[in-house]
Amino acid sequence: MVALGEVDALFDVEEFIEQPQRRFSGAGLRSVAWWRGIVLFCAGAFFLVPIYAALRFSLEKPSGTGFTLSAYTAIPSQAGFTAALWLSLQLAAATTVIMLVLMVPTSVYVHLRLPELRRFFDSITIVPIVIPPIVLIIGVLQVAPTFLKSTPYLLALEYGILAMPFVYRSLDAGLRAIDLKTLVEASRSLGGRWGSTLWRVVVPNLRSGLLSAVVLTVALVLGEFTMASLDLFQTLPVWIYNFAQDDGSVSTAVSLLALVLTWVVLMAISAIDLRRIQRTAKTRKDARS
Amino acid sequence: MSTASPELSAQPPPRRRVRSALAGAVGLIPFTIYMALFLVVPAVAVVLGAFRSPSGGWTWNNISVATHGVYAHGFVMSIELSLLTSIVPGVLGVIVAYAVFTSRRGPLRRVVSTASGVFAQFGGVPLAFLFIATLGTTGLVTRWMSTLGFDPWDHGFSLYTFFGVAIVYTYFQLPLMVLVITPALEGLRPMWREAASGLGANSWHYWRYIGGPVIFPSILGGILLLFGSALSAYATAEALTSGSIPLTSIQIGSFLNGNVIAGEQNVGKALGLGLIVVAGIVMFFYSQVQKRASRWLR
Repeated sequence: MVALGEVDALFDVEEFIEQPQRRFSGAGLRSVAWWRGIVLFCAGAFFLVPIYAALRFSLEKPSGTGFTLSAYTAIPSQAGFTAALWLSLQLAAATTVIMLVLMVPTSVYVHLRLPELRRFFDSITIVPIVIPPIVLIIGVLQVAPTFLKSTPYLLALEYGILAMPFVYRSLDAGLRAIDLKTLVEASRSLGGRWGSTLWRVVVPNLRSGLLSAVVLTVALVLGEFTMASLDLFQTLPVWIYNFAQDDGSVSTAVSLLALVLTWVVLMAISAIDLRRIQRTAKTRKDARS
Repeated sequence: MSTASPELSAQPPPRRRVRSALAGAVGLIPFTIYMALFLVVPAVAVVLGAFRSPSGGWTWNNISVATHGVYAHGFVMSIELSLLTSIVPGVLGVIVAYAVFTSRRGPLRRVVSTASGVFAQFGGVPLAFLFIATLGTTGLVTRWMSTLGFDPWDHGFSLYTFFGVAIVYTYFQLPLMVLVITPALEGLRPMWREAASGLGANSWHYWRYIGGPVIFPSILGGILLLFGSALSAYATAEALTSGSIPLTSIQIGSFLNGNVIAGEQNVGKALGLGLIVVAGIVMFFYSQVQKRASRWLR
């Protein structure tokens, strides 16, 4: 929920490929395998057994004998499911757009024009963590005008606040990694306007930072329950909660699907990232030969 | 130069500075407006509401209700749960992260890194279902244990109590710690270790005098972050216990769901103010610890 380190973790792949020698010598000089095996086994069991249990539960026939896929095939036809999924996806898209349109220019601007404010920005973007979502939504429901309260996009605007610490951290890490000033000056001196400099020079160079910002935002929105349920909109997590009272095995099936979905999205993103790195490495090699 | 023509050299810089400061402010207007409208205004509304009586006057009554009886108990329980689910998963997370970090298998690291990202974001209703299927009255592990002759539910265990919730929280808190602490572990330079052993230090010496002191602020920072995360968690406990365990966030939720005694409409806001204060204190320590951590680790 408040994983600031997550942002760094998403850059791991890149670092891993570029600096293998640094990463391989971090351990003790002699490796002690047995305690590591025990730790990894226990951790693996703790995280995998509940998934296995849920999988079994969702596949078991109500009579308790034999297995069936009916819980999964029943998902799409459940009342409200498609609407809830669609609403969640729309909110994820809206939040992502709001965040990128607002935060990319802002963080580029801070890095370029107001570098002395970077520390200040570090602390101001962490403020949303201090205010729990459950507290924020009280205030929002109290002060928001009716026209905003009647649309789910109020949620998207608030999710932007929740995602802010992660988004800013990702973009900041990305901007630190490139020579922004030189890139922008080069583009400007070649006659590029601000818009095209941002879109055609900065954004492509910021790709991995952007990707991790997007992943974190999407994962947050798809899993958010607190604000949506109290704002009375039926997003996917709210639907699962409401539906739970009716059918346990279908809800468990949907829960597993939600987990798998997040996993697939994250894997896909890191695969894109990996491919990009491989491509740049190849281009470099081609250029040299 | 400055002595020759003071007004020439003294004048332009301040003016330029003022102008650039103004220009600087212009670029931050959208961000400022967004933060003000969707974060500051609602937060201020909560804080002010905490001191308002339902009839509109100012009062301390909400604060006094929120700090007594069942609500005081809620704060105590929230803080206890947050302490338990930040320290235990925090320490375990460091051990797991270190085990993964020192295993020299790249694929394992990559899988753990992605898995941590997924599990750290996983929470709420789906997580509750996973654990009901595992440790609920007819859960898989419960059945395994009762075939072994020890049904935990017969021995005072319940998934829907303090310790049950703590186990479930571990499922997202531990990966969170792994994510937070891995970059710090990576920041430990191999050359420090080599230099130490070159000077005759063994493993204990290294961790006691070099690795430990360098990594400790990061561990503390991670635990504080976990504390904040546990404190503001609402969905998981609500889904698991349907609000039966008295955590502050659950109590606020029941205010919003309309379970209100007349005259106490604003107590929920006072509770919210309480959470903001506690989280604010934690985040203050977090920023102090971060400053300390960044001295050696970049």
